[in-house]
Amino acid sequence: MYEFDFGQLSFLIGEIVLAITVGELLLIGVFARKHGASIVRYMSIAVLLIFAFSGFVFNDPGTAFDGAFISDAFSHYVKALIGLSAAAALWFSRDWFKQEGLDQYEYSILMIFAVLGMGIMVSSGNLLTMYIGLEMQALALYVMAAFNRDSLRASEAGLKYFVLGALSSGMLLYGMSLIYGFTGTLSFTEIGAVIGGGDNMSAGIIAGLVFMLAGMAFKISAAPFHMWTPDVYEGAPTPVTGFFAAAPKLAALALITRLITGPFGEMQHSWQQVIIVLAVMSMVVGAFGALTQTNIKRLLAYSSIANMGYALVALAAGGAAGVTGMLIFMSVYLVTIVGVFAAILQMRTREGALEGIADLGGLSKSNLPLSLILTILMFSLAGIPFFVGFFGKWSALAPAFDAGLIWLVVIALLSSVVGAFYYLRVVKVIWFDDQAHEFVKPVRSLAVLSSFAAILLFPVLWLPFVSAPALALIETAAASLF
Amino acid sequence: MENFVEILPGLTFYTLSAVAVAAAFMVIAARNPVHSVMYLILTFFSAAGLFVLMGAEFLALLLIMVYVGAVAVLFLFVVMMLDVDFVEMKQGFLQYLPIGGVVACILLAEMIMVGAASLVNPGESVKYATGGTSNIEAIGNVLYTQYAFFFEAVGLILLLAMVGAIVLTLRKRGGVKKQNVSAQIARTREGGVELVDVKPGEGIGS
Repeated sequence: MYEFDFGQLSFLIGEIVLAITVGELLLIGVFARKHGASIVRYMSIAVLLIFAFSGFVFNDPGTAFDGAFISDAFSHYVKALIGLSAAAALWFSRDWFKQEGLDQYEYSILMIFAVLGMGIMVSSGNLLTMYIGLEMQALALYVMAAFNRDSLRASEAGLKYFVLGALSSGMLLYGMSLIYGFTGTLSFTEIGAVIGGGDNMSAGIIAGLVFMLAGMAFKISAAPFHMWTPDVYEGAPTPVTGFFAAAPKLAALALITRLITGPFGEMQHSWQQVIIVLAVMSMVVGAFGALTQTNIKRLLAYSSIANMGYALVALAAGGAAGVTGMLIFMSVYLVTIVGVFAAILQMRTREGALEGIADLGGLSKSNLPLSLILTILMFSLAGIPFFVGFFGKWSALAPAFDAGLIWLVVIALLSSVVGAFYYLRVVKVIWFDDQAHEFVKPVRSLAVLSSFAAILLFPVLWLPFVSAPALALIETAAASLF
Repeated sequence: MENFVEILPGLTFYTLSAVAVAAAFMVIAARNPVHSVMYLILTFFSAAGLFVLMGAEFLALLLIMVYVGAVAVLFLFVVMMLDVDFVEMKQGFLQYLPIGGVVACILLAEMIMVGAASLVNPGESVKYATGGTSNIEAIGNVLYTQYAFFFEAVGLILLLAMVGAIVLTLRKRGGVKKQNVSAQIARTREGGVELVDVKPGEGIGS
């Protein structure tokens, strides 16, 4: 008879807490009529923070369910970032949804479900776990994109995301079935063992790997699988877009990292080509696509495509150095994106929220703090020295340079120069254009969040007593994969 | 006869596969949506037959119960949502008899062939896992033990799907008249009736 080992549940304590709370919050939301949305939101933020730090508190590496669920330093670090950025996204969604009359408790529930799915994804040690986690987060994200269902654009965004997401799931599943067919196992370690030293590589395994990477590229919106991104980012409610640009990207990148370091670690020359193609196309599409945009959410969509390209450059280098570079880059990117969206949500006049870049015109005359914050964030995104974004980009490109992919680094630098143009254009509009609008006084939570991100990016993360422990944490996380 | 027994499983396999592919094609080629659903059922049925041939009778049962069962509901939706003219359909009832008859005959032939194939070659078609446990028993043994995590996680996805569907479709309608029993009972004469002293020749102005 099979003996169920209850001790292994300690490895997924964070996920269990999320799963139990989500059920309770559903009941609370149904019965607490008047303040239901607020109560559920604050409890959700609390439970997301618990989830973020659970990995560090119960810091024991190990696997559960016959290796299907991995708990290691890598998953702890990534889950901490995911939990924190989701909590921030929930926090900055509060006032927007209230002002738009959409304040429903289900939004927090969907957010927890999405984070739960991402947690399962990041910890997956088995094709089945991976797929279940991926679908859970994707399903929650589809609904969140269409959350403002009375808006034509939000419904279109949700539908588009759903159809293309289903297509990518199909590709992913096809790849998985090929891998399963050619190796005869679902477990990552056993797949790695079958592939061995790269001698047993059949065409089927390579085809499966390529299909899986293509399916994952949809999730991180790497070109040429990026077509949904601008429309979905523009159509979805702004706080939702802020969430989309941060946590799900990191979760999918972490899953790609797990795949290419774990089961397919011996096939570097196969996946490296795919990653390099994705990286080059994403950087170029992201840089040139953003040039003509007038809507700031579309601009950030192309910016996120380009940034995924830089993260993939780090991964293409392979090895612990590449993973470290990717994690540093993504950590900085997440801080920036949370700050940028907290700042964009403050673009609101009496008539409603604004999204045009031109609407920022002359902001420096009417709202100096917000213009300073946006300037710092844009400089950091552009990777201008002395802002932490520069360090993030440096860490992403350095491993690739060391691995001999010099031409890839050159393309990354060139597209970064093109990218700097449109980030700096936003800064120019803010400081030198005529005043377009007088924004209403921002809510305190948004002001606090955006200035917090800006202060982190301008001097705080440079301070040695902050950056040294963070770097040590990231290096341990990357080392735990090898 | 010996020869025939030997080729029967192969023959069944090719028949089922050919029918599955042809019916799948007809699902998208048929003009009438109701016919499409019929062909879809035929496709599922043939696929279920293929599962039986492979010795996965549990999957075959699931396919028929879940899919054909669900497709019956789907059928209802199609009939309700699309503007299908029932009068016109009933007029041509006899006209549809041949096509319905063909589908029914194919289903019958498939069932007979699958049954015959497993009867003449018991070891070949329905294989038991070691220890003589059937498929269903073997799956039951691991589903809630080794695979408990996946089972629970999939359950959560279903809960999420339910929440998502309700979020996107449930709307509070204004102007809906509901019965409020306690308010009705609490109504008193004072609240409901007003006595007005009408002076002659003036009427009741508002």
